[in-house]
Amino acid sequence: MAREITLGQFLPGNSFIHKMDARSKIILLIATIVFIFLCRNFVSLLLISLFSLLVIFMTKISFMKYLKSLKVILFIVILTGILNLFYGTGDIIWQWWELKITTGGIINAVFVIVRIAILMMISAVLTYTTSPTDLTDALERLMKPLQFFHVKVHEIAMMMTIALRFIPVLLDETDKITNAQKARGADMESGNIIQRVKALIPVLIPLFVSSFRRANDLAMAMECRCYNGGKNRTRMKVLHFTGVDIAAAIVSTIIFAGVIYCNIRFGSII
Amino acid sequence: MEDYIKVSHVYFQYESSEEKKPDDFALNDVNMMIGKGEFVAIVGHNGSGKSTLAKHFNSLYIPTTGDVFVDDINTKDDEKLFDIRKKVGLVLQNPDNQIVAGIVEEDVAFGCENLGVPPEEIRKRVDQALKAVDMYEYRLHSPDKLSGGQKQRVAIAGIIAMEPECIVLDEPTAMLDPQGRDEVIKTITELNHSMGITIILITHYMEEAVLADRVIVMDTGKVLTEGTPREVFSKVELLRKHRLNVPQAAELVYKLRGCGYELPECVLNEKECVEVLAALMKKHSKVG
Repeated sequence: MAREITLGQFLPGNSFIHKMDARSKIILLIATIVFIFLCRNFVSLLLISLFSLLVIFMTKISFMKYLKSLKVILFIVILTGILNLFYGTGDIIWQWWELKITTGGIINAVFVIVRIAILMMISAVLTYTTSPTDLTDALERLMKPLQFFHVKVHEIAMMMTIALRFIPVLLDETDKITNAQKARGADMESGNIIQRVKALIPVLIPLFVSSFRRANDLAMAMECRCYNGGKNRTRMKVLHFTGVDIAAAIVSTIIFAGVIYCNIRFGSII
Repeated sequence: MEDYIKVSHVYFQYESSEEKKPDDFALNDVNMMIGKGEFVAIVGHNGSGKSTLAKHFNSLYIPTTGDVFVDDINTKDDEKLFDIRKKVGLVLQNPDNQIVAGIVEEDVAFGCENLGVPPEEIRKRVDQALKAVDMYEYRLHSPDKLSGGQKQRVAIAGIIAMEPECIVLDEPTAMLDPQGRDEVIKTITELNHSMGITIILITHYMEEAVLADRVIVMDTGKVLTEGTPREVFSKVELLRKHRLNVPQAAELVYKLRGCGYELPECVLNEKECVEVLAALMKKHSKVG
């Protein structure tokens, strides 16, 4: 079960993308996502897709890893694709009772599928190439202005670090408890949905209890290492922008401008 | 030997104990001295108060009455709290629960970052600490891909990077397999010998206690007996009475002595055991 989760999975490497500052990766990722949704025709969609594939290629991480990140949401992609087939206007290609597939619907479906796929893969670039600490560190720095509104930025970042660290630990634990309960004769696989949800209770309660114990231990371990809520804290890896970041920003800006140009030049088809 | 930690007349009661009966104390008049650079093992069975005592050494717990001094600083002194924690590091039992970051080297850096050490200095210390526990090649790994012994060594590295004078280990091997246990114990003895760090090892494995300079036996919140491993493990009857084991080699020799064989009083490890048995057999074959 733990093997299927790709969230927050960092794959160390030495590519240009790995060398980028985590802050610029986050900002450019958000910008890219916005532009993926701004595409109004196939030319601009193709442009942003090629750009995304180029970035993915540049990470030097096997393409299979990215396809795996898609596997988790495959069902959603197919479902939204199918639904979109029936929404749309234009020439009717196929009709049965009230359901009709139109040319507009097909275009919509293709757009939605490509968008979600690219979105997932380009987001995976961030988590694959950035260590969890860099990531939370960057978020902490980016959210710094929120301190003005009394948002506890450091605490949020620390919570995220710990959450990312303990996801695999808790997944392992869930597996162990499930097996322990099965060994005691618990039935998790049969019955209707309500019965199966109820069958999860004997797994969730021990999981909660042990999580509190872990939290207690962790708090103690952090205290032992002089943690005092982020006051006067330094970092081993100081984030700083380099030439790589400037180059990435320039290339991305050109692509984004290209998307806007294509949108205007070739008109909107959705 | 210069005294480093001084525990004097310490009583400790958990806040949750409802009635203040005298036998509710988790620690009951504990006195001990730990010298600078010494390797001390504290043994005792469950509920003997050894883990409670461990948490007194770096002021996680404050004695209900009595005092604990670390390098002449009273652990009650709130202003010196971080000084004490910098001097005395604590490694806990479960390696999973004390690793904070998702990457080995970043976790090792955590303590130094809290202390406000400059970045280049942290880098240097982290590399040294990881080399000291022989985990340098795993520095970019995620902790959940490591074995228990490796994780525990990362936890130890996290403490070493803070450059402590003393490390307290609260049953660091209890959740490990035999191989992981060997790795951790080897690391600890190495730190004591080559870096001169004072080590307080809390354990219930007598085979580990044998490696220490001095063994302190605890029972029901009191110090039962203390001395060199040889002195302590020769008191087989006393230890037995308090439901404590002795190392297997010591037990075998003790039983043979009980059967009337002439053997030396205390044998600590397998090697010594083989030697004395071989000597005995030679003697017997000559007689026969």
